[in-house]
Amino acid sequence: MPLTRREFLKVTGVGLAAGSLGMLGFGASGVAQAAAVRPFKLAHTTETRNTCTYCSVACGILIYSMGDRAKNALSNIIHIEGDPDHPVNRGTLCPKGSALLDIVHAPTRLKAPRYRKPGGTEFEEVSWDFALDRIARLMKEDRDKHFITQNAAGTTVNRWTSTGMLAASASSNETAYLTWKVARSLGMVVFDNQARV
Amino acid sequence: MTNTWQDIRNANVVIVMGGNAAEAHPCGFKWVIEAKIENGAKLVVVDPRFTRTASVADYYAPIRPGTDIAFLSGVMRYLLEKDAIQHAYVRAYTNASLLVADGFAFEDGHFSGFNGETNTYDKASWNYEFDDQGFAKADDTWQNPRCVINLLKQHVSRYTPEMVSRITGTPQDKFLHVCELIASTAAPDKAMTSLFALGWTQHSVGAQNIRAMAMVQLLLGNIGVAGGGMNALRGHSNIQGLTDIGLLSNQMPGYLSLPTDKETSFDDYMKTKLFKPLRPGQTSYYQNYGKFVVSLQKALWGDAATKENNWGYDWLPKLDVPLYDIIRAFEMMNNGEMTGYICQGFNPLQAFPDRGKIRRGLSKLKFLVTMDPLDTETSRFWQDFGPQNPAKSTEIQTEVFQLPVTCFAEESGSLVNSARWLQWHWKAAEGPGKAMADIWIMSGIFHRLRDMYRKEGGAFPDPILNMTWKYTNPTAPDPEELAKEMNGRALADLTDPVTNVVTKTGTLLDGFGQLKDDGTTASGCWIFAGSFTEKGNQMARRDATDPREQGIAPNWAWAWPANRRILYNRASADLDGKAWNPKKPVIEWNGTRWTGIDVPDYIPTTKPSDNVGPFIMNAEGLGRLFALNLMAEGPFPEHYEPFESPSENVLHPKVPNNPVARVFADDRASFGHRRDFPYVATTYRLTEHFHFWTKHALINAILQPEEFIEIGEVLAKEKGIAQGGWVKVSSKRGEVICKAYVTKRIKPMTVDGKATHVIGVPLHWGFTGQARKGYGANTLTPSVGDANTQTPEFKAFLVNIERTAAPAT
Repeated sequence: MPLTRREFLKVTGVGLAAGSLGMLGFGASGVAQAAAVRPFKLAHTTETRNTCTYCSVACGILIYSMGDRAKNALSNIIHIEGDPDHPVNRGTLCPKGSALLDIVHAPTRLKAPRYRKPGGTEFEEVSWDFALDRIARLMKEDRDKHFITQNAAGTTVNRWTSTGMLAASASSNETAYLTWKVARSLGMVVFDNQARV
Repeated sequence: MTNTWQDIRNANVVIVMGGNAAEAHPCGFKWVIEAKIENGAKLVVVDPRFTRTASVADYYAPIRPGTDIAFLSGVMRYLLEKDAIQHAYVRAYTNASLLVADGFAFEDGHFSGFNGETNTYDKASWNYEFDDQGFAKADDTWQNPRCVINLLKQHVSRYTPEMVSRITGTPQDKFLHVCELIASTAAPDKAMTSLFALGWTQHSVGAQNIRAMAMVQLLLGNIGVAGGGMNALRGHSNIQGLTDIGLLSNQMPGYLSLPTDKETSFDDYMKTKLFKPLRPGQTSYYQNYGKFVVSLQKALWGDAATKENNWGYDWLPKLDVPLYDIIRAFEMMNNGEMTGYICQGFNPLQAFPDRGKIRRGLSKLKFLVTMDPLDTETSRFWQDFGPQNPAKSTEIQTEVFQLPVTCFAEESGSLVNSARWLQWHWKAAEGPGKAMADIWIMSGIFHRLRDMYRKEGGAFPDPILNMTWKYTNPTAPDPEELAKEMNGRALADLTDPVTNVVTKTGTLLDGFGQLKDDGTTASGCWIFAGSFTEKGNQMARRDATDPREQGIAPNWAWAWPANRRILYNRASADLDGKAWNPKKPVIEWNGTRWTGIDVPDYIPTTKPSDNVGPFIMNAEGLGRLFALNLMAEGPFPEHYEPFESPSENVLHPKVPNNPVARVFADDRASFGHRRDFPYVATTYRLTEHFHFWTKHALINAILQPEEFIEIGEVLAKEKGIAQGGWVKVSSKRGEVICKAYVTKRIKPMTVDGKATHVIGVPLHWGFTGQARKGYGANTLTPSVGDANTQTPEFKAFLVNIERTAAPAT
């Protein structure tokens, strides 16, 4: 019986039940031996297709998380590997991609907004409302003060040069497009992303 | 990339120059190995270091950093002299036969039109000679000395093997052997692919490095064919997408340009974008530019953008300088001309040249916002971390907001890979703690500002108040809604003039061919039209079927434009529409239309006998060996020394560097001279690390735990530097104290008769994360960029090196 890799995992992953081992052609002794083996860890995980966050080869990856996406279950990513069906990487990952789990769970992942006062020596944790209210206020103050509606020749130019933004080359197209809309609606021209480097 | 990753397997020669794919793009590099094994391909590597790519090459040649144009101009001279060009292709598909205007010339390092006071060019003479009807004149016999091909021959005639070797340090025999291997692909059924990365872009002549190789590829007939092309191996997972969507100072989505002060009205703006064909009967597809712009304006401003208000033209900001690029931004910061800066997933304290200047600039801001999954150096520039980041916190008045965002595994959306594929990915878990998505944060800032402008008024609120924001959840738009907005919709019932098929109002469009310039269509990024249609999310497709096993996989995800996988693929067939390489056809003419394994990059029913050029985006329909006025430095590439160079420019000593590079006075004062800094340095990635991110990941921090430089055995011996010994590397801008790795992989080169040593500076270290603290390569690098793009010159600069004692712990 020909099995694809995925079907093989499905059949064997359920805890190596006697029936499935029979399908694979194991004899009785094999069944007994398999019964003592720990169930395959990934059998109880949810598999999500994603793309490696590093270079632009864009290797396909499979993310395995605990939790079945039920409303009251919080997913926890426990394993990441190359997607064997992906036409470019065909299941392989490089030394960076192989360690993706460590970046997802890095101890230096940020978990709350933090603020540093002028002249301050430490960060302090703040609420999202505090941070976004204050940022918006600072932006408006600067924009209202420095926005250039006309140049010296009297031409309408409507640009804002005193606040700038660097956009993220690892963010999605959808994030990028929304970011573009926000930045340009404000008249921002000091605006770039890593493609400039 | 013009081609796909898997298509590399179709090459007969793979040249890696200006990159190190085996270490920086390992899983893409497998297709180079596949080409070697399955197709008998030869891998040629030209690099200052014997990299891991070089270690599996069939042939390796060393080159001094920053001299690639001299090398490639020598290659062009060789191909023209040996007549190793693909004649039929060059005659029919490039502008080799076209005549150049009389005033155009090159003398003593300058092209015609140079103004020495402003360091700018009047480019009027960088043009074709036109007939009465406005079409470029041509001489298909190439007898006329003003033919592009003859001017090119003359231009590259100075780059003899002796001259190439004298400038580049590449031994003549090695240079000539590389030329021979390259020339072997001039045969119509042979192809070479060029794989490059930041080893070419990060120079004051970066764009011209790439142009030089593109010209080589045109001469060989290697553009548009299977196993050919110019393949930029891009560095970040969506750096292609952010470029496509125009998150660059002078760009709008889909490579439309942001207006300038000179374009005072929409009509003015459009005047330079009419793209009238420069040869009879050519497609010149950018004649549709107006449709793309109006559809973008309709996506941005909706009903508020009308014909009467010029589609909201005044709501777009106008540029008074070519670019507000990052080097300029930090110059402005240092001059006290900036108030705030937002760094979304970007760590300029590590990523931009002259780190001291970056730190001083950030210190002068009123506020800095960082949005990142990780604790970046930039967000902590104000904290003292010892010599790696000396700071007096109490004296720095910048308010800093460090906002935690979700990462790739915690969001859904699409990313564009190097081969222009838009691949959808799915969220696997929530982010940690209170981390939020960038979409939520940007929406939150936007709503707050819009509310304040509604209530309080303020400077020019119109573009903010009119911006469309029709999302089901306005504070957290669904990525699918945004993807559909980029794809575009019909805003009225559209009737196809040929088929009479009606596209109903509100329907998602199938492609950019449906776009209109009368306000009846909206599309936020015209080149993405077709990515999310009424048939569903095309980017989510996952059928890996690959006809002929030729590396196209047309039903896996979706590629812009129009799901086309190989750009310029009309050029893969000869003048009669038959594949140049019958074993690897891409598209062919079947008597009534173009068919094949890829979507034709051509009007599918245009007959081969109609003489329509394959480069349909160019107004003359041809590949350009002569770049007209589109490059800052000139229509042909010319060798200019890096701004910090160990050698004078032996071609024209009075014009040593790129004459039109923009250099700020304080940056020029920070250039070092070879008297004080005698060694050439170049920066690069290690295979174990990705920029400044992976030092936060435990495994990678263990694999490469600390900062080091690489130095050749000869120089190490000369300077008394031991393997693993401590060294101080200094430039005019700063110093790095780290360990030395003494290697056989870098050998001295002879440049203009003198021994020249190269020092390698991997770039991954900083002062946050799990690896040991480091200074960062950008402590040393100069603040000067390419004259077209302002991409900084990280790949060739000068340093000194001395043995030193281990730092006190």
